[in-house]
Amino acid sequence: MTPSASTAQRVPPGHILRYSFRERLVHWLAALSYIYLLVTGLAFWSPWLFWIAVALGGAPISRMLHPWFGLVFIIGIIQMYGLWASQMGFNDVDRAWMKSMSHYIQNQDESMPPAGRYNAGQKMLFWGFMIFGTLLFLSGLVLWFPEYIPWSLRWVRYISVVVHASSAMATVGLFLIHVYMGVFAERGALDSVIHGDVTEDFVRRFHPGWYKEIMGSSTTTTRK
Amino acid sequence: MSQATLRVQKISGHAGTVPGEDAQREYAVCKLIDTTTCIGCKACEVACMEWNDLPFGETVFGNTYQTMPETRWNYWNLILFNEHETEDGSLMWLMRKNQCMHCADPGCLAACPSDGAIVQYTNGIVDFQQANCIGCGYCITGCPFDIPKMNPKTNRVFKCTLCADRVSEGLEPACIKSCPTGCLHFGSKEDMKYLGEGRAKQLREHSNFPHAGVYDPPGVGGTGVIYVLHDASKPENYGGLPSNPSIPFMVKLWKGPLKWLGNVAMVGGLIGLVVHYLRFGPKSREEEAEVPHKGA
Repeated sequence: MTPSASTAQRVPPGHILRYSFRERLVHWLAALSYIYLLVTGLAFWSPWLFWIAVALGGAPISRMLHPWFGLVFIIGIIQMYGLWASQMGFNDVDRAWMKSMSHYIQNQDESMPPAGRYNAGQKMLFWGFMIFGTLLFLSGLVLWFPEYIPWSLRWVRYISVVVHASSAMATVGLFLIHVYMGVFAERGALDSVIHGDVTEDFVRRFHPGWYKEIMGSSTTTTRK
Repeated sequence: MSQATLRVQKISGHAGTVPGEDAQREYAVCKLIDTTTCIGCKACEVACMEWNDLPFGETVFGNTYQTMPETRWNYWNLILFNEHETEDGSLMWLMRKNQCMHCADPGCLAACPSDGAIVQYTNGIVDFQQANCIGCGYCITGCPFDIPKMNPKTNRVFKCTLCADRVSEGLEPACIKSCPTGCLHFGSKEDMKYLGEGRAKQLREHSNFPHAGVYDPPGVGGTGVIYVLHDASKPENYGGLPSNPSIPFMVKLWKGPLKWLGNVAMVGGLIGLVVHYLRFGPKSREEEAEVPHKGA
């Protein structure tokens, strides 16, 4: 899929370029805006977390900036869709991967079907953020200007507050798993989205299907 | 009624206890509006503007006597004029002074995320504290009466205060003071209910209004502003007064079960991830053991 990308940036020997500069930039655009949205959103979510908004310069400022960061985030979401949607379709390997998810959770990665550049879990994360990000954006537009929704259309406001909160909760779940996987569980993953490259071993271990795809034709032997 | 009536019994967006809760025995105050004796003179509108020192805005001529279509951030008290055709074909002119209802169970306060932006005093008055307001407009969504209005310039929400400043000094609200027909009364909730029910009984028994009654909707826990209506079975005729108002279901869902579900899921998720890490650890630990194989 991205052999051409590997020529675009030099990586250390034994490493493979996993994320292009553009992919990394878009990831962090969405990630950093999401984190601001998350913490200010949590401040409005619960009185027990209202102090977060105070710490970030006061709740009126948080309320004023939250929607603007939402616009940055939706730009990130749209960019991500353009970059990755074509790679995020579910295939037979992904369906088999889903069935053996319990092995994945128990770190029995050798028992997993050979995932491609993205495994089924990552694909679900992607589509989860696409769907809930879009819902957050649409409901967020209503919550940005509730005073302009006429009384006769007040049901739009009622739906929006529930959709916004529940979609946000869904993304919190996705976000927690994503950060856990990227920072704690899969060593090398955080590095890859900062510097772009991963070790060959990382690719062989977690994305054997992709490894085969980019190496298979050019190398003389295939492992196993 | 002393200064003590401005102790606070409910606070929006507030973690922990409320200082004034259960702290006094003073009664709830109430405004009684007898729509059957209102002549639509708008003296209450003027008194409200004067006492609260609200900046003037443009009025709108909509082919009725009504000053503007609905209340505004700087126009808290508006008489709604409704021409109503009765069953026998005769016309009635229903006039209702519209303002904040000061619900015992206020939807604005339930929806508000900002600590102390909306308070309810122990005398029942629901008051917006603009200094604590963050301009999110959730109160607009929470209110079943379409009362809170946003000042577009400052992004702060305003509404009738039931002249909390006057009431705390033992005075009646400005609108009450100005009413020339005596259709407005102010006192304890108990007294106003008694007065209203008496008037409704009179209307039923002596004035051919068999459905006359007092509007004090239980869905919001009763209100600090109650109406005597000629026909209490059809409050919608009085400029869309809802017959059974309550905090919108979706707002209750959002601030109730959804909040708990979300909190449990978030805290549970965090605990789950920590436990997973302690039990299974990072994925790549075995990779290090595999390194010697790599060269082979």
